[in-house]
Amino acid sequence: MQTLSLEYPAGDPPPRRALAGVVGSGDLEVLLEPGSAGRSTVAVRTSVDGVNEIWTAVIDRIFADDNGPAVAVEINDFGATPAVVRLRIAQAMEQATRQSDGATP
Amino acid sequence: MNTAELLERESFVELPARARVERLLDAGTRRELVGPFERLSSPWLAKQDIVTQADDGVIIARGTIDGTAVVVAAIEPAFQGGSMGEVGGAKIAGALELAADDAAAGSPVVPVLLLETGGVRLQEANCGLAAIAEIHAAIVALREFVPVVGVITGPVGCFGGMSIAAGLCSHLIVTREARLGLNGPQVIEQEAGIEEFDARDRPMIWSLLGGEQRTATGLVDARVDDDLTAIRAQIAAAVTQEPGPLHRTADIATWEAMLDHIDPAERAEAGDVRAAFARYFGGCHD
Repeated sequence: MQTLSLEYPAGDPPPRRALAGVVGSGDLEVLLEPGSAGRSTVAVRTSVDGVNEIWTAVIDRIFADDNGPAVAVEINDFGATPAVVRLRIAQAMEQATRQSDGATP
Repeated sequence: MNTAELLERESFVELPARARVERLLDAGTRRELVGPFERLSSPWLAKQDIVTQADDGVIIARGTIDGTAVVVAAIEPAFQGGSMGEVGGAKIAGALELAADDAAAGSPVVPVLLLETGGVRLQEANCGLAAIAEIHAAIVALREFVPVVGVITGPVGCFGGMSIAAGLCSHLIVTREARLGLNGPQVIEQEAGIEEFDARDRPMIWSLLGGEQRTATGLVDARVDDDLTAIRAQIAAAVTQEPGPLHRTADIATWEAMLDHIDPAERAEAGDVRAAFARYFGGCHD
């Protein structure tokens, strides 16, 4: 198991928290919560050792927008590919920023 | 189920556990207890260098099903094979104990257990087993007051101590793909030898442990297809049923009579098992 912490400039926090995915083979769990304004943090725990550079590259791209929502993201990974990482973060981001629908994760 | 029906239906098995809970409950009634953001994950897995899931693979939610107050406990089969660790097990046991308090206070809440589990999480050993024992005790106490509904849809199946929990449920619903057994096929093969049980022989495994056989022998109350609407309808009917006069696991005299007449030296085929259950428990039902 390896861990990784990353930080990015961001805009304002989203209105709510969100969850996407499960810690199953080839998948990962994203816990996304509103962060402090102007700053996004990403903490990754992964079952796969030796791929921190790939993780950094993938997350760097996802958080390339300096004005994106300020979020605190926690990822529990069980061997997801970069495409699945992108998908799950996008799903959580969409839930967190969607206009109120009354649902709470 | 023909091809057209297969394409029409919405699969229950393909949904992750949290989505199953959401789809079973009446819209807008779901309230999750000890959710993932409480971060009560396994303290043992991390020490063994294994990535944890924030809810330890168990989702507990209150809500209603067609108006009946329920508490659903769903095990996520994709996380560590649906294994029961200390935290996940305690969440289910705690939910059942709260339901018992509610029943005693006159406001019954019906537990619905989605049991997709390989049994105890080996990495947590006795802590998981202790939680499973608490689940057993809670089911036995609760089923006097309310129906305790178990559901196994597969393909993980329900094994180990949790198969006992399934057996204790007052109403058990399975699919044909589901398997129910104390020991999994590979465990039996490892312990008893390949002549006794060949874990590669899938038709044989399903003929003995599969949903159809378990229904035919009366250990299961309803068999449904993997169809969200059909499964929900079965659960909705089960949660309003009155508890029966004598639960099958309480009928010890009949079990003893049956066991007395079984010769363990003889290899039992699916048909023999059905015949034995029919003789002692009165009639197969398909």
